[in-house]
Amino acid sequence: MHTDPGFLQILWFVLVGVLWAGFFILEGFDFGVGMLVKLLARDTVEKRITIHTIGPVWDGNEVWLITAGGAMFAAFPSWYATTFSGFYLAFFLVLAALIVRGVSFEFWGKVDSDRWRSGWEWAMAVGSGAAALLFGITWADFIHGLPMGPEHVVHVSLLGLLHPYALAGGVTMLALFLAHGAGFLSLRVEGDLRSRAVALEAVATPVASLLTAGFVAWTLADHAWAVQIMIPALLALAALLGATALNRARRTGAGFGASALAIGLLTASFLTSLYPDVLRSTTRAAYDLTIAGAASNHYTLVVMSIVAVIFVPVVIAYQGWTYWVFRHRLGRDDYEGPLTPVAVLEHMTAGQDNRRQSA
Amino acid sequence: MTALDFARAQFAVTTLLHFIFVPISIGLALYVAICQTRYYRSGDEVWLRATRFWGKFLLISMAIGVVTGIVQEFQFGMNWSLFSRYVGDVFGAPLAMEGLIAFFLESTFIGLWIFGWGRLPKRVHLATIWLTAVATMLSAYFIILANGWMQHPVGYTINHATGRAELTNIFAVLFNPIALLGFTHTVLGAITTGGMLVIAVSGYLMLRGRRSDVVYRSLRMALPLTLVAVSVTMFVGDSQGRVLVSQEPMKMAAAEAVCNSSHGESFSIFSVAGFTDNPCPSQLSSIRIPHLLSLIEDLSWNGNIRGIDQIQAAERAQYGPGNYVPPVGVEYWTFRLMIGAGVLMALISLAGVVLGRGGRLERSRWFARLALLGLPLPILANWCGWIFTEVGRQPWVVFGLLKTADANSPNVGMTSIVLTLAGYIVIYGVLIAIGAWLMWREVRHGPEPPAEPGDHPAGQAPSPDLVLAY
Ligand code: HDD
Ligand code: HEM
Ligand code: HEM
Repeated sequence: MHTDPGFLQILWFVLVGVLWAGFFILEGFDFGVGMLVKLLARDTVEKRITIHTIGPVWDGNEVWLITAGGAMFAAFPSWYATTFSGFYLAFFLVLAALIVRGVSFEFWGKVDSDRWRSGWEWAMAVGSGAAALLFGITWADFIHGLPMGPEHVVHVSLLGLLHPYALAGGVTMLALFLAHGAGFLSLRVEGDLRSRAVALEAVATPVASLLTAGFVAWTLADHAWAVQIMIPALLALAALLGATALNRARRTGAGFGASALAIGLLTASFLTSLYPDVLRSTTRAAYDLTIAGAASNHYTLVVMSIVAVIFVPVVIAYQGWTYWVFRHRLGRDDYEGPLTPVAVLEHMTAGQDNRRQSA
Repeated sequence: MTALDFARAQFAVTTLLHFIFVPISIGLALYVAICQTRYYRSGDEVWLRATRFWGKFLLISMAIGVVTGIVQEFQFGMNWSLFSRYVGDVFGAPLAMEGLIAFFLESTFIGLWIFGWGRLPKRVHLATIWLTAVATMLSAYFIILANGWMQHPVGYTINHATGRAELTNIFAVLFNPIALLGFTHTVLGAITTGGMLVIAVSGYLMLRGRRSDVVYRSLRMALPLTLVAVSVTMFVGDSQGRVLVSQEPMKMAAAEAVCNSSHGESFSIFSVAGFTDNPCPSQLSSIRIPHLLSLIEDLSWNGNIRGIDQIQAAERAQYGPGNYVPPVGVEYWTFRLMIGAGVLMALISLAGVVLGRGGRLERSRWFARLALLGLPLPILANWCGWIFTEVGRQPWVVFGLLKTADANSPNVGMTSIVLTLAGYIVIYGVLIAIGAWLMWREVRHGPEPPAEPGDHPAGQAPSPDLVLAY
């Protein structure tokens, strides 16, 4: 089965990569914002503002992960089966982190008590941070390869996944998402909170760039400086430098775009480092799981391609629209002031007209 | 117990807990959408308060439904990697479509609904809740396609070179009759669940003397809807049973505790049977009504009913040696509990509709008490339905193709599974406790009173209960 991958197989390999990239870019900043709730926001109003910047979108962002998993399952069943069972305990921890942080947004405002809110803020921060770290670790393990036997079965303990290279991947991812989150926050809020986010970003982006440079160098050294990894990786570094420069020039929007691009390119370098395998065996090269060997049959890939061609643009369109609807900056006036039940009702029922009139 | 048993237990526990919230979300999304449509049409502020009141339950349920769903998605690969490898080519397709078509829609538009109050034009905002409601049903469709394929595999061939099942006809999978029936049954069951929740909460508030227009209107809307939903659920379930007699005969024979094939079979009304291996006929005793089963399943007085022993012999001849009998006791009792719960729910909603027509609904204390059953009954019916469906398929995980015992991950040891099972139980337990407590608070708080100027002094922040969003 060591044949060259066909066109549709490569297409789906790329598409899985695109879904992961979408997940890292989008959920990346909401992981970051989740971590920053404890770090940057000082009082309840600021915390509510911070949470509201990602409130309408985080769930949609997470679906990129679910769909990435679904696409792996449909297009490369063996890849899905091998990695998900191989990463058993690591993925359990990922799930625990995602669960805790997922409910924290919804539960946070449901009880009016400082202790309650503080508890959920911790859940948000720790859950987001742990998820970011674990995704970095597991992806570094992907790139590094796993002890995989002839039947494409991986035997590895949790500790076996935590070698230095994997930890470097984890820390890099954590720093990148933190910086990315600070960038998003500085785009979406006003006032003091914004200044703090900008200040943090000014430090976090260069630090993340350095860590990324180190991780990329390590990856390249491991892969004999392969050109197909080097190109996207260097472009990613360039984008990070660009983000740093743009932020200094107070061009926050462009800076955020550059950091999104960097995360996308970095994911691309992950994928090119795997090609033409989906998973390398550290036990013996003959056990590698190739794209062609892991793929579904031609018919399935055709069906799934048709579905993807129709629905991916639709999804991007309505998710993009959501970001457009919630584009304006959130400030204290949105949350303070005479909020009586009447005002709340008015805000909800007539708010649109008020906004139109005042605009 | 072996690693396989724990993997099964893990799937059962996580799925059943996911499925507490799933039908509540599907049912309430529809219900909230209807309330909001009424508000949009009439401008009557009572409907707005109803929308917001039930909306809170929807959001709590969805929050837990979403996070427990991700576990489900990962679990096929984590615990059932041989299954995933063997059938992923076919089974992965509906799962990927679910993400792409249903989950994106659902998660994006519920976000727009929560945060779009006052920000989106009213008409567009109304559309967001409808899209959410449709998306929950789409997701039910795709996942039940996947499940239906396991019950009744269609549109595939076995590739002997790779040793995997491969998709050959997507339309056969998309229109799998078992799945279409199962989808209809499950979604109508979910609408029943949402309606019963509304009825139960309204009943409680009436008992507490919290009489408000929101409660009365919600109740009067939920009752007929639920009555129709539960009646059609039962009707579809009846058709499913008849289809199963030919597709998965063992499941129905076990459900009816029929050991030997015969004409004019009696119907069992109480039975003590083994919960593990084949109890026929020595350990199975039941009280039976003559001829009734033939009437139900075959619609004739002397219709032929195949028994467990004969089906076992036939399947052994077809598939080789082995025990093809699922735990008869489980099948027998879950089937009856599901149906019993369904009948009770139909009676409760019927009583409510009749009382409502006579104008006595709002004053009837006995009905309000009865309504409280609306909380446990749908959960019981849903759980029993799934346990019946999934256990009845055993020993197969994909009927006729792959046995459960050959489907789990060979590299995942007992310790890992036990550890994670304990982890899920703790996490889900805490989540469910908090979710239930939050819902309970909302119930006690009741719907918002009509807005009166000067209720709260200006400048005082509203209690978070007033805020739908977080
Ligand atoms: C009949 C309907 C139904 C059934 C049988 C299942 N689910 Fe479910 N699921 C839903 C109906 C649903 C839903 C109504 O769409 C949920 C619940 C609450 C919600 O927000 O979405 C959901 C949420 C949900 C999510 C999170 C989606 C998001 O982030 O928005 C995932 C990944 C899954 N489910 C996956 C599964 C899998 C793999 C199942 C099979 C074992 C499963 N569900 C059974
Ligand atoms: C869609 C794909 C599904 C797959 C691949 C699947 C697979 C399985 C497997 C492998 C088991 C363990 C075998 C066993 O314990 O008997 C199981 C059990 C179970 N499943 Fe499913 N299932 C699916 C869908 C569902 C759904 C949608 C539900 C309900 C919400 C469900 C409910 C259950 C229950 C209640 C059990 C426990 C039965 C038992 O312990 O014997 N399953 N399923
Ligand atoms: C007279 C009443 C009912 C009958 C005859 C009936 C019949 C059935 C049958 C035969 C199945 C198995 C389908 C299969 O294995 O493919 C089933 C499954 C199920 N039932 Fe029922 N049912 C009834 C009422 C209800 C009610 C009231 C609910 C919930 C509110 C419910 C929820 C379910 C669920 C969730 C499943 C599993 C999904 C599926 O396979 O369709 N049932 N039912």
